[in-house]
Amino acid sequence: MRTAVKRLNILYYLVAIALSFIFLIPLIWMVLTAFTEATYVMKVFPHKNWTFRNIQYVWSQVPFARYYINTITIVVSTYAIQFITITMAAYALAVLKFRGEKLVIMIIFIQIIIPNDVLIIPNFMTISDLGFTDTKFAIMLPFLGSAMGTFLLRQHFKTIPKALSDAATIDGCNTAQIITNVYVPNSKTAYISFGLVSVSYHWNNFLWPLIVTNSVENRTLTVGLALFAKSKEAVLQWTNVCAATFIISAPLVLIFFIFQKKFIESFVASGIK
Amino acid sequence: MRAPNKIGRRIRLSQSAKAWILLAPTLFFLLLFTVYPILRSGYLSLHAFELGMREPEFIGFENYTRFAASELFWKVMRNTLLFSLMTVVPAFFIGLGFAMLVNKQRAKGIGFYRTSFFYPVMMPMIAIASIWLFMYMQESGMVDQFMLWMGRKPIAALSNRSTVLPALSVMYVWREAGYLMIFFLSGLQSLDPEIFEAALIDGSSPLRTFRKITLPLLAPTTLFVTITALTDSLKLVDHIVIMTEGAPNNASTLLLYYIYQHGFIFFDQAKASALTMVMLIIMLTISMGQFLNQDKKIYYN
Repeated sequence: MRTAVKRLNILYYLVAIALSFIFLIPLIWMVLTAFTEATYVMKVFPHKNWTFRNIQYVWSQVPFARYYINTITIVVSTYAIQFITITMAAYALAVLKFRGEKLVIMIIFIQIIIPNDVLIIPNFMTISDLGFTDTKFAIMLPFLGSAMGTFLLRQHFKTIPKALSDAATIDGCNTAQIITNVYVPNSKTAYISFGLVSVSYHWNNFLWPLIVTNSVENRTLTVGLALFAKSKEAVLQWTNVCAATFIISAPLVLIFFIFQKKFIESFVASGIK
Repeated sequence: MRAPNKIGRRIRLSQSAKAWILLAPTLFFLLLFTVYPILRSGYLSLHAFELGMREPEFIGFENYTRFAASELFWKVMRNTLLFSLMTVVPAFFIGLGFAMLVNKQRAKGIGFYRTSFFYPVMMPMIAIASIWLFMYMQESGMVDQFMLWMGRKPIAALSNRSTVLPALSVMYVWREAGYLMIFFLSGLQSLDPEIFEAALIDGSSPLRTFRKITLPLLAPTTLFVTITALTDSLKLVDHIVIMTEGAPNNASTLLLYYIYQHGFIFFDQAKASALTMVMLIIMLTISMGQFLNQDKKIYYN
């Protein structure tokens, strides 16, 4: 019996480690290739001739610094505005009683079912009617109200005891003060969850920024990488493409490796719409 | 008796007004970028609006009938369906397997396994596509090198009609499986461990326990995961833009990429709108299951 359990344990570790390793191969290959000199034939684990030249070359060819600033601006501003819009909407839906609540819930469900990703054609037309094409604002605009964020936060607000806000009311707080003093500070986990999901979505988003921008001043990292990967300089130059890939994906993957647990919990929470 | 009634109504009225004011920003964005575009697509899909035309011209259902008669459209639909099946089914089972694997509480290195399975979700699809493009490259790519090493012919997966969709699916499964894993994991962790102890005492084999107890109890999670995976597989085209652009001979053109092509390469917004309507109908149909199960999901946190 004991040896059987032991064998099963060994089998478990073998399978788990082997699968983890297989899943890590693309990442390992990308990072090693980004930091080694080009070879004629692709190697799975390049480990000779370390160099920073690929990174330097790509950095000098593509305005990645600009793209970094753009992406960070978009990601941070989007979340900052979402923070306000979802807080207001979630409070109304969780605490206040009003006519038409069902209608509002229905509109929210429509966005959950039909993500903006598939509405690129009509939304692009709206953006160009408004005259916002090729601005960072255009990239952010369709996402400033978030059904998922509103819903997630509403569920959290509902768990906050009414006694807390009643006490605040007695102390003379108005609605705005109740929201900022009672509801917001007690919902940190929900804000972090939605924040991580929102930030990673907008950091990685591609098709929409590709469509609404056409200048270096407004492009995001993903669009910059795509343009580089499809340019003549990149054909067959896997070391350079890996370097560019490393530049755009390193920050998020690194932060994820550090805060793995928090990230995974957040994605679970946000998935339960 | 009248006075309190009046006050009560006043409070309710002002609550209503407050609610609508608080909801206004969110509703504004949802109406402008989710509800209005759906109506706009529907309207424009009944018109002709090609490059050079000033005003859309009403043509009824002609855009739809033309697509229905187009071989390419059906090829795209077939590709989309095949790609969904080839990604959703394996990602589902691998995700479930991963969840069972990392649900073992006392094992060492759980965090490491989870991280390895989940990190592809944190990488931009564009970055993933750029890496896998080289892995699939003819002759010098990793896959073909492996084939040569095995003493076989290189397959040039992305330029071959019969291998391009499976090759894209393998990449996509690699990305999606870890994402689905976490939903299964939260489903598994919500189950009562006593049930499994009871099954063990009753002498149920692990396979039997899995089939007769674990799977039925996971049913709500299973439904949710299936819908999520299907929707995800439909709404992503970044890899097509980078890796194939629909080549060879439209063997890898998926519906959303086809929409993008009509809108931004052929500049035919009306036809693109008709295709958008097709996409919306597919997504609504898929989500029906979610709606029917809505109550369960809301409370299942």
